[in-house]
Amino acid sequence: MSWLGVFLLALQTALGFPAASYALAATGLNLQFGYTGLSNFGMVAFLMMGAYGMAISADRGWGIWVGFALGITAAVVLALLLGIPTLRLRADYLSVVTIATAEILRLVIAARPSAELTGAARGIGGLSSELGFFRPNFIPEGSYGFGDDFVFNSRQLWSMLVCWSLVLLSTLLIRTWVRSPWGRVLRAIREDEDAARSLGKNVVIYKLQSFVIGGVIGSLAGAMMALDSGSVGPARWIAPLTFALYTVVILGGAGTVWGPIVGAVVYWFVLDFADGALNNLWFEVSDTTSGAFRLTLMGIGLMLLMVFRPQGILGNKKEAFAVGR
Amino acid sequence: MDADATTADPFADVAPTPGVAKPDPILVADGVQRRYGGLTAVDVAHLELQRGVITSLIGPNGAGKTTFFNLLTGFDKANAGTWTFEGEKANGVRPHHLARRGMVRTFQLTKALGRMTVLDNMLLAGRDQTGESALKSLVKPLWRDEEAANVERAHELLVRFKLDALADEYAAGLSGGQRKLLEMARALMTDPTLVMLDEPMAGVNPALTQSLLGHVTALRDEGMSVLFVEHDMDVIMTISDWVVCMAEGTIIAEGRPADIAGNDAVIEAYLGIDHGNTTTGEIR
Amino acid sequence: MTPRRLLPAPRVPALLALLALVFLGTAWVATPAGAQSEADAARCAFTKPEAIEANGGPLGQSIWGRLCQVTDGKPTFPEGVAITVSQNGEEVATGTTDDGGIFVVEIPGNGTYQVTLDTKTLPKGFALTDEDRATLDNVNVNLGDQQVTFRLGEDTRGSRDLQDYLTTAAKGLRLGLILAVAAVGLSLVYGVTGLINFAHAELVTFGAIVAFVLNDAGMPFWLCIPFAIAAGCLAGYANDRLLWRPLRKRNMAMVSQMVVSIGLSIALRNIFLIGFGPNSKRYTAASGQREKDFGLVRLTPNDLIIMGICVVVLVLVTLILRKTRLGTAIRATADNPDLAASSGIGVNKIIAIVWIICGGMAALGGIMYGLSVTVTSDMGFILLLSMFAAVVLGGLGNAYGALFGAIILGVMQETSGLFVDTAYKFVVALAVLIVVLLVRPQGLLGTKERFG
Repeated sequence: MSWLGVFLLALQTALGFPAASYALAATGLNLQFGYTGLSNFGMVAFLMMGAYGMAISADRGWGIWVGFALGITAAVVLALLLGIPTLRLRADYLSVVTIATAEILRLVIAARPSAELTGAARGIGGLSSELGFFRPNFIPEGSYGFGDDFVFNSRQLWSMLVCWSLVLLSTLLIRTWVRSPWGRVLRAIREDEDAARSLGKNVVIYKLQSFVIGGVIGSLAGAMMALDSGSVGPARWIAPLTFALYTVVILGGAGTVWGPIVGAVVYWFVLDFADGALNNLWFEVSDTTSGAFRLTLMGIGLMLLMVFRPQGILGNKKEAFAVGR
Repeated sequence: MDADATTADPFADVAPTPGVAKPDPILVADGVQRRYGGLTAVDVAHLELQRGVITSLIGPNGAGKTTFFNLLTGFDKANAGTWTFEGEKANGVRPHHLARRGMVRTFQLTKALGRMTVLDNMLLAGRDQTGESALKSLVKPLWRDEEAANVERAHELLVRFKLDALADEYAAGLSGGQRKLLEMARALMTDPTLVMLDEPMAGVNPALTQSLLGHVTALRDEGMSVLFVEHDMDVIMTISDWVVCMAEGTIIAEGRPADIAGNDAVIEAYLGIDHGNTTTGEIR
Repeated sequence: MTPRRLLPAPRVPALLALLALVFLGTAWVATPAGAQSEADAARCAFTKPEAIEANGGPLGQSIWGRLCQVTDGKPTFPEGVAITVSQNGEEVATGTTDDGGIFVVEIPGNGTYQVTLDTKTLPKGFALTDEDRATLDNVNVNLGDQQVTFRLGEDTRGSRDLQDYLTTAAKGLRLGLILAVAAVGLSLVYGVTGLINFAHAELVTFGAIVAFVLNDAGMPFWLCIPFAIAAGCLAGYANDRLLWRPLRKRNMAMVSQMVVSIGLSIALRNIFLIGFGPNSKRYTAASGQREKDFGLVRLTPNDLIIMGICVVVLVLVTLILRKTRLGTAIRATADNPDLAASSGIGVNKIIAIVWIICGGMAALGGIMYGLSVTVTSDMGFILLLSMFAAVVLGGLGNAYGALFGAIILGVMQETSGLFVDTAYKFVVALAVLIVVLLVRPQGLLGTKERFG
C-alpha cells in the first residue's frame, strides 16, 4: 500500500465511526475520571449495558427506543450498585471493584446459562435491521470520499452522523455542567474530598451523580457500537477497551471539555497509521501479532503520556494530573 | 449573638478547672473516646466551649488534639461520647452537615485545591448554592445572580486576606503561608459561627504569623467563636481568651492563659515530653 | 493519606471459624449440578494417538472425538450418531460415529465452528447428560484438527460423596495458596508505596514464562524454579529502580501512577503475547499426573508439591515480616513512611527490597499456577482479578489479609462450582467482595478507616 494510502486509511478511522464511538465513551469517562477523579477501570461494563440493552430489545422486538431505555436503566442501576458501596471508601477500592465487576459481568453474559437472554458466546445479531437503525438514513446510496482509501458508504456516513451528533450533544451538556457550581464541586472532590466535605458538600452524592451520568453516556456509546456493527457478542467488552478509553481521555487532556474528541481522533489516527506503517515496512503480520502490536503501542503510549505530558494535548500544564499534591 | 459575651469578661465566674461549665457554651462535649487498637487516643470527660471567644487547644505532640478535632467535626468516628453544637446533637453527624450548621474547620496540612483557581476555591465554599444541584446547574439564569453575589463576597474576603491579586492563579502555585490564608478566607466564606483552626501557624514564616494572628482576632471581634489547635505557647498566650490543655488524650487543665502558664500539670506535660522519648507517636 | 496498616493482630480464631463455615456451608447447601465423576471421565478418556489409530492415518483438517457413555460401570459407544459442523449458521460438513463411537468430520480450515449432535440419531439407552448441550457453540480450530466432547449418560448429580466435596475444597485450597503467594507482593507494594500495581499481573506471567523457556530448552523443571524466581526478583527490582522510584521522586499522584501501571501492564502482556504466542503450553512436570486416593481427598502428586511449596514460602515470608529487623522496617514503612525515614531506615531501600520480594513471589505464584493449569501469555491478567478480590477481601494493604483473602477466595471459587454453574464461579467471588465492602469495608483483617 502506498504511504498516501496508509495515511488516508488512518484518517478514515480517525474521522469515522470508531473515533466517534470512542469519543462518546471517553466523554463519559472524562466526567468521572477527568473532572471528579473517580478511577473507574470498569468503564467497559457501562458500554456493555448499552450494547446489550439494544441487543435484548432487538431480540424481543421491542424497538430501538426501548433499547436505549434498557441500556440507560441498566447503566444507572450498575452505577448505583457499584457506587453506593465503594464511593464511600478510599479511592483505591473503586478501581479494583470496577475492573473486577466489568470482567465478571462479561463472563456472566458469555456463560452458557445466560444464552436465553444474551446469546452467550454467540451473542445476538441482526440488530440494525430489526431495530431499523438505518431506516431514517436520508443519505443516498453510493460512495463518498476520494481515492480508494478514503471512502465512506451511505450507512457508514449515517452511523457517523448519529454518533458524532451524540458526541457533540453530550460534550455541550458536560460543558454546561462543568462550568457551573456543580462542576466546581466535582473538581473540588477530585482535588481533595475532605476539603469539600469540610465546606459542607455532600461528597458521596456528587460522586454518585458523576458516576451515574458518566455511566449513562458510556451506555449510549455501547448502544451506538451495537447499532453500527449490527451484532453484539461478549468478546469485545474486555478491559483493554477501558484502558483504550483512558488513553483517549489522557491523550486529549483529562478534565478538558474537548479533550475526549481530540483524543479519540488522534488515538485512532496514530494507531491505524502505525498499523499500516508496520505492514508497509516489514511484512504481512498475522492478526494476532498486529493486534498485540497495536496494544503494545497503546500501553507504551499511555505510560509515556502520563509521565511526560500528563495534561494531554489540550490540558494546561498547571492543571495537569501528575502534579503532586 | 449575645452582645454581653464580648463586652463583659465571660469567664468572670469560671474556675480554671478541667471540665468546668461556661456561661454560654456553643459546644458541649461529654465522655468522648477514641481508641485505636489498644491505644486510647482521646478520652475527654467533659468540655464546654464559650461562645464568642478564642479558645486554644494546646498540648504536646501526640496529645490527641487533632484526633479530638477530627471527632468533633465528624471526620473521625468516636467509640463513645456525645456532643452538641448550638444545643443540638452533633455526634454521629456527617462532616458536611456540621459545616452547614456553621461549624467549619481547616486542616493541619492545608487542603488548598491545587488545580482550581484561588477564586474557585473561594466560590466553592459559598453556602446553599442553587447551581450546585445537578439539574438546576444546567439552567444558568437560576443561579447567575447568586454566583455574582458570591464572587463579590469572595473578592471582599480576598482583599481582606491580601489574596485579591492572586484570584485567578491556581492554588497550587501559592506559598505555604498564602495557602493558610486562603484556607481561612475560604472557611469564612461559609458564614460560620464556630471556626476551628488546626495549627494555622504551622510551617508559616514569622512575618505571616502576625498577620494570621490578626485575622484570628478579627474573627472573634466579628462575633465568631474560634477554637484553634496550637502547640507554640507564645502564640497562645498573646491571643487566647481561654486555653484548654490536653495530654495523652485527656484534658489536664483549662483556664485563662495566665492560669495555664503557671499550671504544674501543663508544665510537666510539656517537660515530660521534652525529656522523655518522642516515640509516643503523633496521633493524627 | 491515612496510614496503611500492614500487620494488625490477626483475628485467627474468627477466620478459622469462617473458613470452616465456608467448607461446611458448601458441603451441606450444595445441590451439585453438572458433571460425571472424574472416574467415569477417565474410563471414557480418548486421546489423539487413539484417534489417529482408529482413523487409520493422520486426522488432517478435522473436528473429531468419541462418544462414550458409562453404563453399568463400563464404557459403551453409540454407533451411527450424526454430527454436524457449521460455521456462521451454515452447514459445513457432517459425519457419523463408527462402531467405536468415533467421528472424524473434515472441515475446510482453521476457524470457529458450531458442532451439533443430532440427538434423534442416538441409539436406545444413550442420552446426552444435558439436553441443552447438543450444540457446542464456540469450537475454535487453530491447529488443523480439534477434539470435541459431548457428555453422555446419566447425570450423577446427588451421588457425590464426602470425598468429592473435600477434594474440591482441597483444590480450592491449592488455588488459594497459589493466589496468596502471587498476591502477597501486590499487597506489600501497596503497603509501602500506596500503589495498586496493575502490572503485577505481568510479574506473575513473567516468572511462569521464564520457567517455561528454561524448561523448554531442556532444563529439568524443578531446577527452573530457582532461576525463574531469581529472574522475577530482578524484574521486581528493575520495576522499582527504573520506573517507580523516579516517579515517586517526581511526586506523581497515585491515580497517575496507577494509570502508568496499566500502560505497563498492557504493553508487557502484548509483548509476551507476541513472543510466547497465543497458545497455552505445559511444563514437562505437568504431564502424567494421576489423582491418588488419600482417603479423605484425591490429589495428584503435583497438587501436594504445589501446596507444600506455597505453605513453606508463606510461612517464611510471615516469619521474615514478624521476626526480622527487615520485617519490622517494612512494617514501619507501611505504617508511616515519614516516621520510618526519620528513624534512620532508608525508605527507598526498604521499598526496593519489597519489590524484590514481590517479584520473586509473583514469579513463584506464576510457576505454581502454570504447573497446576497451563502457561499462557495472559495468565497473570486472568489471575489479577482474583488477586485484587483477595487483597480487598482481606483488607487493602494488609499482608496477612491478602493471605487469608486468597485462601477463602480460592476455596469459594472452586467449591462454588458444586452449587452454581461453573461459568458463574467468578460471580460468587464478586458477590462476596461487594457484600464485604458493604458490611466490613476495611476487609476481614483491615483496620477501620479513620476518615470517610
